[in-house]
Amino acid sequence: MRNDRQSKTTKVEIKHLYKIFGAQPEAMLPLVRDEGVTKAELMEHHQHVLGLSDINVEVKEGDITVMMGLSGSGKSTLIRHLNRLIDPTAGEVRVDGEDILAYDEEKLRELRRNKMSMVFQNFALLPHRTVLENTAMALTVRGQQRSDYEDDAKRWLARVGLGGSEDQYPHQLSGGMQQRVGLARALASNAPIMLMDEAFSALDPLIRTDMQDLLLELQEELAKTVIFISHDLDEALKLADHLVILKDGYVVQQDEPQKILLEPADDYIVDFISDINRARVLRVRSVMRGPSEGRGTPTGEIGPEETLEDVIAKSGGEPSSSFVVMQEGRQIGVLDMDDLMRALVPTGASESGLRTRASA
Amino acid sequence: MATYDWLFSSLGLDGWCGASGGSAPTSLADLAAQSSGGEAAAPTIWELPFPSMDALNDSCPAFPQSRELTLGLERGFLDVKDALSFVLDPITQPLSWALDGALYGILNTPWWIVIPILLAITWFVSRSWGLLTFVAVSILGLAFIDHYDYAMQTLAIIFVCAAICVIIGVPIGIAMSRSDTMQNATIPILDMLQTLPPFVYLIPLIFLFSVTEPKLYGIAIILYAIVPVVRLTNLGIRMVDKSVIEAADAFGMTDRQKLFGVQVPLALPNIMAGVNQTIMMSLAMVVIASLVSAPGLGVLVLRGIRNLELGVGLVAGLGIVILAVILDRTTKASLARINATHKA
Repeated sequence: MRNDRQSKTTKVEIKHLYKIFGAQPEAMLPLVRDEGVTKAELMEHHQHVLGLSDINVEVKEGDITVMMGLSGSGKSTLIRHLNRLIDPTAGEVRVDGEDILAYDEEKLRELRRNKMSMVFQNFALLPHRTVLENTAMALTVRGQQRSDYEDDAKRWLARVGLGGSEDQYPHQLSGGMQQRVGLARALASNAPIMLMDEAFSALDPLIRTDMQDLLLELQEELAKTVIFISHDLDEALKLADHLVILKDGYVVQQDEPQKILLEPADDYIVDFISDINRARVLRVRSVMRGPSEGRGTPTGEIGPEETLEDVIAKSGGEPSSSFVVMQEGRQIGVLDMDDLMRALVPTGASESGLRTRASA
Repeated sequence: MATYDWLFSSLGLDGWCGASGGSAPTSLADLAAQSSGGEAAAPTIWELPFPSMDALNDSCPAFPQSRELTLGLERGFLDVKDALSFVLDPITQPLSWALDGALYGILNTPWWIVIPILLAITWFVSRSWGLLTFVAVSILGLAFIDHYDYAMQTLAIIFVCAAICVIIGVPIGIAMSRSDTMQNATIPILDMLQTLPPFVYLIPLIFLFSVTEPKLYGIAIILYAIVPVVRLTNLGIRMVDKSVIEAADAFGMTDRQKLFGVQVPLALPNIMAGVNQTIMMSLAMVVIASLVSAPGLGVLVLRGIRNLELGVGLVAGLGIVILAVILDRTTKASLARINATHKA
């Protein structure tokens, strides 16, 4: 399911996207595009801010695509190009193959109403409307009356765990509950694409984990095309089918999270991934050997999607354990504990070791 | 011989000026100088007059005196006055009708109907027993000392003028919030309306309309009191949380849906604060407007000043204070109720 990216349909496509902020963005474009002026140089010599530079991303249908970067990397700017809350300086954004930059106001509104919904970092609920009315915002915008949307909205509220709070006002809810309303609002619009701008960043760690689990659970069921912005690598690795790492407005590396972890493209990524819990992120399929390459005597069976942490738990800490990797009743590989241990060595310390192994 | 003779002669303007220094005296000082015989001593550097219009006129009689400026303004206004009142008269006529109607209505309805209606309005907007009691005691107190008619006249004028301020002011504020050009053009006018002494814009109004017409004071009150509601509507809409606006856009709201579904409701606390200010300023102006025949408590204050009737002036003044407190508390109570449902 996770490695058949080629076979999936492309839902949203971003091509050669540039965004420059300042008085004359068009005039600055050739400097950035053709002469390779960097963000710092553009700021220093031309007083323009390079927001995004040559972004190319394909978002596959039914995937969670996470765009990650530190503040100022342009990730929030990028997600706002997808529903044109911000217009680019140059480039293309295609949704279902259609160039949305060519849309007039009417078609753009149709796109926002029917194809995309959005969840915001600071919730952005309407304070003067009840939870139910907030949830039904997208439906109200389309002209539905309370009688039309009430059942739908209540169902979604119940689905995100807020049944019974329909008549409360947002300020009566905690942050986590408000964001559940935000999520229900996005789901109730029934749009196939969901944009999530740092949706969980303002929440407490425990509630954030809850919400991530909720999102994954809903995704299992609804298979929406989710574009998720985050500055938190743990969150990104947990949610992403496809991970795009941004820095200073350009894409440093984009790939499946496992791949990024095992084959970081440059020092920036290495720094980034150096202090995460690798055992919790890496999965058996990424580090196992071929079925015939086992050296030890197998002591148990594991699945390819299990994390290394699960495997360590199964081994009970026994260093000589060796596992057979089974998928649908068939052996697809083996995993010895020493391979597992090697995969867990942090990149910062053993750069050469991991890289040679990965490229071999 | 005056100080700036050299200026005109060096510019070759002697011919235009005509006979220098030979004109009739234009001030007492000139007269004194003439009658004391001959030229006054040449002024020293310490007495050098500023080259103002009057000083230049001393040297060159053809140069206009500053009095000409105010005279010119006055003549200019009188020239356009007929055309102006031809346009303004019909436009503002409904204001006269509204004020006449409100005054007639409130004075010809029996007190035992008017007072309960006022109390009902108070209850409706504030839902507070304390405030209701206070308003009841105040109005009954005013009625008891035979100030009921005056107070009701003042109240009627304020209601009409404040309502018109809101009807005109809120749309102006909305327009300002949507366009920076509009905002930049409107703010100087608002600043001027707010700082111009209220007596000053009574003067052209007296020229334009007959003093017997209620719209004369109506316009004066509206011009003076409309400023806060415009300002705070603009401010309120501009201060609406950007992320909420972004959400409204992201879900595909039209401009109209956004305005009435998001911006105006979220700006309502600010707009209501503006309405409160507008009502208070109407009350301040309604007293001054008594100078141009506005009825109400202001008339008594004016009588107190004119005839030095200390008691009359003081009691009427206190009556105005009581009205002010009633209006302020009532609008603030409704504001508090709105705020309670608008917490972010």
